[in-house]
Amino acid sequence: MEAKRVHFARLQQEESQGYDRKTIDYIHSAAQRGLYEIRGLGAKRRVPHFDDLLFLGASLSRYPLEGYREKCTTQTVLGTRFAKKPVVLDIPITIAGMSFGALSANVKEALGQAATAMGTSTTTGDGGMTQEERRSSKTLVYQCLPSRYGFNPDDVRRADAIEIVIGQGAKPGGGGMLLGQKVNPRVASMRTLPAGVDQRSASRHPDWTGPDDLTIKIQELREITDWEKPIYVKVGATRTFNDVKLAVHAGADVVVIDGMQGGTAATQTCFIENVGIPTLAAVRQAVDALEDLNMKGQVQLIVSGGIRTGADVAKALALGADAVAIGQGMLMALGCNSDTYFQNGALHSAAADYAALNTSPGFCHHCHTGKCPVGVTTQDAVLEQRVQAEEGSRRVRNYLKTLNMELTTIARACGKQNVHHLEPEDLVALTVEAAAMARVPLAGTSWIPGWNT
Amino acid sequence: MESLTFDLERTTVRELNQFLHKPANELEGLKLTVAAPNGAHNLAVGVDAPVQVTIAGHAGYYAGGMNQHATIEIDGSAGTGVAENMMSGKVHVKGFASNGAGASAHGGLLVIDGDAGLRCGISLKGGDIVVGGSVGSFSAFMAQAGRMVICGDAGDALGDSLYEAVLYVRGEVKSLGADAQYEPMAQADLDAVRALLAAAGMDHDPASFKRIASARTLYHWNADANQEY
Repeated sequence: MEAKRVHFARLQQEESQGYDRKTIDYIHSAAQRGLYEIRGLGAKRRVPHFDDLLFLGASLSRYPLEGYREKCTTQTVLGTRFAKKPVVLDIPITIAGMSFGALSANVKEALGQAATAMGTSTTTGDGGMTQEERRSSKTLVYQCLPSRYGFNPDDVRRADAIEIVIGQGAKPGGGGMLLGQKVNPRVASMRTLPAGVDQRSASRHPDWTGPDDLTIKIQELREITDWEKPIYVKVGATRTFNDVKLAVHAGADVVVIDGMQGGTAATQTCFIENVGIPTLAAVRQAVDALEDLNMKGQVQLIVSGGIRTGADVAKALALGADAVAIGQGMLMALGCNSDTYFQNGALHSAAADYAALNTSPGFCHHCHTGKCPVGVTTQDAVLEQRVQAEEGSRRVRNYLKTLNMELTTIARACGKQNVHHLEPEDLVALTVEAAAMARVPLAGTSWIPGWNT
Repeated sequence: MESLTFDLERTTVRELNQFLHKPANELEGLKLTVAAPNGAHNLAVGVDAPVQVTIAGHAGYYAGGMNQHATIEIDGSAGTGVAENMMSGKVHVKGFASNGAGASAHGGLLVIDGDAGLRCGISLKGGDIVVGGSVGSFSAFMAQAGRMVICGDAGDALGDSLYEAVLYVRGEVKSLGADAQYEPMAQADLDAVRALLAAAGMDHDPASFKRIASARTLYHWNADANQEY
């Protein structure tokens, strides 16, 4: 019998752009469950990013530094505006705020140890300050969040800086979320909540509304700390130009801008992917705001949201940031999305635990479940042992060291003796979008969209 | 007992607070009066000593904020966030209190003789609040622990998204917030109200109060609720 001829076989397998398999899965899942997807980490969609920028290294028109020999300063001072005791860091790469609750106590301790060894700061999160974290961190930034979970004056006084969190890049306008499986008795008690509740934090501060109130709130924290500690204000990137101006006007020493690629332990996917602007666009707006107020250099700018490499750090600094903060990169340094975890002196496969979550290394975003196969984002007594503070700290230290070496390599190649001397003039863009957002010329041209022709 | 006056027409809030941040053993037992406060913000914030502070007039925002151990009396009205995040001690407002009174207080007792504005006791985390008058809308929003005694009326959405805090109201409640429900007064409730009223220097029959607590239906995700609480 003659085989049936298939006409235009490839056309029969054409996937729709609008209704691709991922979108069909999304609709099927929504139809079955009647509930939005919640997940961890940051935006997965492609957005204009630091990848779309390149450095113009020195050549005839610029003179480079000897890459392996000449000194290139990385010291970073934050909080010079009002604080009697500004934060002085050896490197401009800090560890972003992540809660005990989202992360295990071992992880918080490892981050603190690594930050201390590298002369940088680490940050608490929506759940208060743990003893492990305070003990292990030379410089600890204490967050004041809408929920005020565990917030208390003793820890305010113990902190080296206070960060008032207005929002985060993964969910500007949204409050935190910690699902019941991660609210173990210790986490619950620190947050004054019943163990096991699906905790949904407030998105607004309880005792102030709007920038005029924030001015007084900042003064209160200054009074409580006798004007010693820098006050940071962290904002998720949206109307960044106006938000930075308002934060400066309210009296911030340091403004932290978190772009949409920033991570989260648990947020609605539709929120992560569709609210906020890319870090690249936000940096430019933040720097514009500081320059508009003639505050560049007086108020420091920390940029976060998708900073992964030393090149990303260098680009953020060149655009005008004073420092960066990294969250997800730190988790990955600790083993997030790795095939294996390190325990009792040996590597073990985490494959079965990824499989149980219906995922695999490289794709996992199940921080919200508390079942982190490599023990980073969990409160489970067995899983959390998969990160030991000593090994975790070694990895984070190495990651920070690598980033800093990459940063100084690029700075030297651009002829800078100080990484803070990197400037927009050192950059060009690969795409029209990035050129417009970062306001640097498209590579090989002098064209900045919207600015010159 | 040593007594001292800080006249804010001649000195600054900064000097007042710096003085109040001396080691607790140096301040213990001290009676301090703040004269001419004239609504200044951040009076007696971050005190961590068993002192008695009298603010002789109206206070601005955050009076007695983050208090530990001190007894702070405001002989007038208080602005937004009075006794916010108090840990222990007592703050007594003789007049009225503005919005967010006692916000996120972890401990201690806040007494307001008059009315309180919006969001009184928001995010309460273990502190006690007694209000002689009425409270505005969204009071005890997301209150996690602690007790509120309201001798007058309450506005809209009282106790919205309550956790384990318990509210007692003597007057009318315009509306309860999501997940808040009336519950019968048990003997323990009557005793609690009686003790709190006594501590606040108020005199009402505990049996005239209604108990409001969380129905706990929002503690876990519920797809059928459509997130429309």
